[in-house]
Amino acid sequence: MNPPATSALLEVSALSKHFGGLRAVADLTFTVADGEILALIGPNGAGKSTVFNLINGVYPPDSGRIIFAGADITGKPTYEVAHHGIARAHQIVQPLAGLSVLDNCLVGACYGRDNLSMAAGRKVVREVAELVGLADRLGMPAGQLTTAGKKRLELARALCGRPRLLLLDEVLAGLNLSEILYMVETIIRIRDRGVAILMVEHVMTAIMTLSDRIVVLNVGRKLAEGPPQAIANDPAVVEAYLGDPKLMAMAEAARP
Amino acid sequence: MTISADVGDKDLPPDEVARKDLDQKNIDQQDLARDHAFEIPAVRRVFPSLIILFGALFALVPYWGDDVGLRESFLLAAVYITLASNLNVMIGYTGYINFGNIVFFGLGGYVCVDLVTRWHWPLVLAALMAGVAVSLLALVFGAGILRLRGAFFALATIGVNEAVRQFVANFEPWGGATGIYLSFDAYEPLGGPMPALWLVYFLLVGVMVLSLLLSYAIKTSKFGLGLLAIGQNEDAAGVLGVRTPRLKALAYSASAFFPAIAGGLYFFKSGIIEPNGAFDLTLSIEAIVMTMLGGYGTVTGPLLGAFLYEELRGYLLTSPTISQLQLVIAGALLLAMVLFAPGGLVGFVHQRWPRSRGILQ
Repeated sequence: MNPPATSALLEVSALSKHFGGLRAVADLTFTVADGEILALIGPNGAGKSTVFNLINGVYPPDSGRIIFAGADITGKPTYEVAHHGIARAHQIVQPLAGLSVLDNCLVGACYGRDNLSMAAGRKVVREVAELVGLADRLGMPAGQLTTAGKKRLELARALCGRPRLLLLDEVLAGLNLSEILYMVETIIRIRDRGVAILMVEHVMTAIMTLSDRIVVLNVGRKLAEGPPQAIANDPAVVEAYLGDPKLMAMAEAARP
Repeated sequence: MTISADVGDKDLPPDEVARKDLDQKNIDQQDLARDHAFEIPAVRRVFPSLIILFGALFALVPYWGDDVGLRESFLLAAVYITLASNLNVMIGYTGYINFGNIVFFGLGGYVCVDLVTRWHWPLVLAALMAGVAVSLLALVFGAGILRLRGAFFALATIGVNEAVRQFVANFEPWGGATGIYLSFDAYEPLGGPMPALWLVYFLLVGVMVLSLLLSYAIKTSKFGLGLLAIGQNEDAAGVLGVRTPRLKALAYSASAFFPAIAGGLYFFKSGIIEPNGAFDLTLSIEAIVMTMLGGYGTVTGPLLGAFLYEELRGYLLTSPTISQLQLVIAGALLLAMVLFAPGGLVGFVHQRWPRSRGILQ
């Protein structure tokens, strides 16, 4: 079930973060293997976004270690984390609104892991734009994209940096069903290219389809960890979430 | 998109054929849009040449006409364009409002005048040295104050200017509050005061052209892309891998180089430099007005804004009824621009005719 520690791409160990008196993340340990899709779930306020911000370098942890591809990236600033090969698509879209879609993607490509030139960056953007379905909107100012378009832009920009690990923070939120299906397809295509994915998501059917493993968080602690089927039927999870409509949906989706 | 190619058109009913044609047309248009986004318009390739041509005309028109009045007006315009264009790298590209930008101009002036009078350096070398020294100093200042954002950064830049002014006013080697006077001897190596004035004018136009070329080079480079990303959303830029502290400090330092040289040349020409004239916050604010007036974030905007502002200012100053109101009008102008055309003149043109974006940089 758990991959051997040697093949882990990302190793998070004993990670903790407090905000004043609030314990956001406490003693959290998990790994993401190369090419794996790991979903991080839990109710609002469970600390999912905090975990992303810690890995991503938005703020440093109080204690604990984050090892990525053998390098210690604990407390490193966001741009250094990006150079190591971790890219992030934000929950609240953050387009560089005044720049074109092409330039948004170019920033990702040129300043990402490979530190590409503008010309080499353009090639990467062209390829990624086809993959994500933005190829016909490259000349448009990013601010003029639809919500679904902006979500795709988040994904495209992140991918342009040629990451080894992609952090997807609720990329499906706010999308309609056909857009969700399109996005799920895209995520599978990304995984097939060998990019590991760590995702926070509330759309349970998508999680059941996509993820190889699930880590359940509750008030900053790990409640359970395992493959989707096992998680949906885990008594501890069921107990903690009793009556939670999201869990009901999850259990529903897990049923054959 | 996924129309199977092996189905012959003749087997389809007429409306199906029409629909298929339409689909094909849409695909063609999409391909066109795709390729278009990667294309660099022809105008952009000749843009640097246009700047150089403009500079040549700018330098030669007063010379041919032997018009000293026009030269003085254009000289001031060249200084303003240099200030506005370099300020634009911070305001327009990086999104940091540098209210104390005049500190570069003043310090450059002091370094250059000091090197010329006390150490008898040739003017061009002294001006270059001023540029290098002030840029390096800006790198140090920048590393400190660029940790601040928004209004706090703007206030800090005023603080830097005021602190430097106070320091210089008490710095005896630079003449303290009285400043440094240049004797006529200083102009002798250049063939006397009259040829020296023309030479300084040509040099300043050169600095102006180089400033515009630098602005263009930055805007079309990877470095500039990083700055634009910071200007749009600094946190998002960082997540995408833009090394924000380094890029900001480099932009701040780069935006100090040509203003410092311009300061050196300008105060050499004036024959005197003293703290209140060198670190005049009014000129700092006027440079912001010019940048906003023309259109921040574009290469031509600060050029247009500064030139128009200089011409307007010249007119207002010589008109006896409103000569005292020059700054009032500058303030009103800034207010009107911010309210009605926040993108400035060039921004207004871009908004009105979106196709002009590719042409008017």
